[in-house]
Amino acid sequence: MSELLLRAQNLTKRFGGLAAVGGVSVDLWRNQIHAVIGPNGAGKSTLTNLLSGDIAPTSGSITLGKQDVTGWAPERIARQGLGRSYQKTNIFLPFTVWDNVLLAAQSRERQQPWNPMVWLRAAGKYAAAQQRASRAIELAGLQNRRTAVASTISHGEQRQLEIAMTLATEPQVLLLDEPLAGMGVAEAERMVELLLRIKPEHAMLLVEHDMDAIFTLADHLTVMVNGQVIASGTPAEVRADAGVQAAYLGEEHA
Amino acid sequence: MSIASAHLEHLPRSVQFTLALALAALLLFPQVGTDFYTQMVTRMMILAIFAMSLDLLQGVTGLVSLGHAAYFGLAGYVLAFAMPPSEPVSLWWTLPLAVLGSAVGALVIGFFVVRTHGIYFIMVTMAFAQMVFYLVFDNKALGGSDGLYINFKPTLELGSWVLLDLDKKASLYYLTLGAMLLVYAFLRRLLWSPFGRALSGIRVNEHRMRALGYSTFGYKLSAFTLAGALAGLAGYLWGVQTGYVNPELMGFHMSAHAIMMVILGGMGNFAGAIVGAFSFELVLHVFKDLPRIGQVELGKHWQLWMGLFIVLVVLWAPRGLLGLIAQATLRLGRSKAS
Repeated sequence: MSELLLRAQNLTKRFGGLAAVGGVSVDLWRNQIHAVIGPNGAGKSTLTNLLSGDIAPTSGSITLGKQDVTGWAPERIARQGLGRSYQKTNIFLPFTVWDNVLLAAQSRERQQPWNPMVWLRAAGKYAAAQQRASRAIELAGLQNRRTAVASTISHGEQRQLEIAMTLATEPQVLLLDEPLAGMGVAEAERMVELLLRIKPEHAMLLVEHDMDAIFTLADHLTVMVNGQVIASGTPAEVRADAGVQAAYLGEEHA
Repeated sequence: MSIASAHLEHLPRSVQFTLALALAALLLFPQVGTDFYTQMVTRMMILAIFAMSLDLLQGVTGLVSLGHAAYFGLAGYVLAFAMPPSEPVSLWWTLPLAVLGSAVGALVIGFFVVRTHGIYFIMVTMAFAQMVFYLVFDNKALGGSDGLYINFKPTLELGSWVLLDLDKKASLYYLTLGAMLLVYAFLRRLLWSPFGRALSGIRVNEHRMRALGYSTFGYKLSAFTLAGALAGLAGYLWGVQTGYVNPELMGFHMSAHAIMMVILGGMGNFAGAIVGAFSFELVLHVFKDLPRIGQVELGKHWQLWMGLFIVLVVLWAPRGLLGLIAQATLRLGRSKAS
């Protein structure tokens, strides 16, 4: 059995009277992709934001590795080994591809913003961070775009860059919020290949609408509707679930 | 055009060349200029240090402080209190003390203000600066609205050897020039350190920085404190040059002028802040000397002309005067090549 890297139990987030996420539990194992699907407004992004610490849960607990990280600030959770990408591309548009990834890689160096010695040392002199950045750029297949400014590259490349930045922080757990959104067929294929390539070292949560990609990638599938989990299991089990077919998957996958 | 190039973080060679020429002129200036103009340029260089310190917040980190003058004035007051009325004291300990005073002030105030964002940050920095202003303004023991005199220039000696006699206008000029160059070199280097890169990242997308694992609070507070300390260096030199301090140094106008200088010259690269401070003072001088036409004293309404001037620069040169220099020299290079 592979290693359990993240366990969320009974996560609930209420906005006023509305439970955007109500009592959801998720386990993420190394070398496994756990996909979450559901219609718009099902609470998938809220769940991702809860796990990354972007919003604090109303109740429930999150354990990352052996550490209880419930209620931690996002930067602390990130340093504990969790990386995420965003549904809406969230990169540093004015910077070059390389500077984006280097900035991400640099976050794993000791952070001492108050130390005057750190103010005077050139960013290029941190060899370990440079290596992390190079490796992430190659993994994501962006080695030919290093000097391009992020705002000028294609949408698909921006999504790849988003993943490269996340990888440069060398996380154990990856939360990917619709990495295939808005991509062409060829770009989507490349992204699926990339995710398969990085899968062995990571535990992944994948929020996605592209059902072909899901059935190619996912080891475990959770279906959410209105903040609740209505089915969870292997893709084959979920596909066979009559309730899910009615609520979400529709005829073509039945 | 990307924001990075809008910020001219990498100075084009043409701009570097222009700046080098300007530096040569600054080095020679006291040899040819009168005392009056030597003093005026000294004042410009002091304001350039002040503007650079603000640029670290405004241009690099994206934090628009409307209360930066508080740290400028604070150091001047520390000097005024450190200088006894009867004899001069050394720069060796009054300068570090004054800079430390400003740094501590910025650290304490920064602890509260860097938690806020956007418009709230602007308002809270201004509110704190106004508090400091009125604390001094309403307090006779701190000099009140009249301010305090600084009867002597600090001494700058090594053993019994006088390094610089700051009573001489040219000596103070060169001390200020040296300080300006040091601050510029320091900040340019800082810009390309991981610390500087992180500050730029915070300007562009703070939320993403946190998701990457950066504790942005520590970065912003460090930047705020450092900016306060450098503003203090400028304020100290101001106190030395003018021989007195008053609450206006901490006032709203002083803070607003610094913002205008940074915008005028071009944000985020420190060279622009220097260009902005020099041109702001120069243009101010010209506008104040405008003649009387009929019943209208044009010079009296300098603030109106200054306002118009800033609006025109913002509209026509969004990268500031430094951006204009970059453009002009680029065009010149092209026409020569063809």
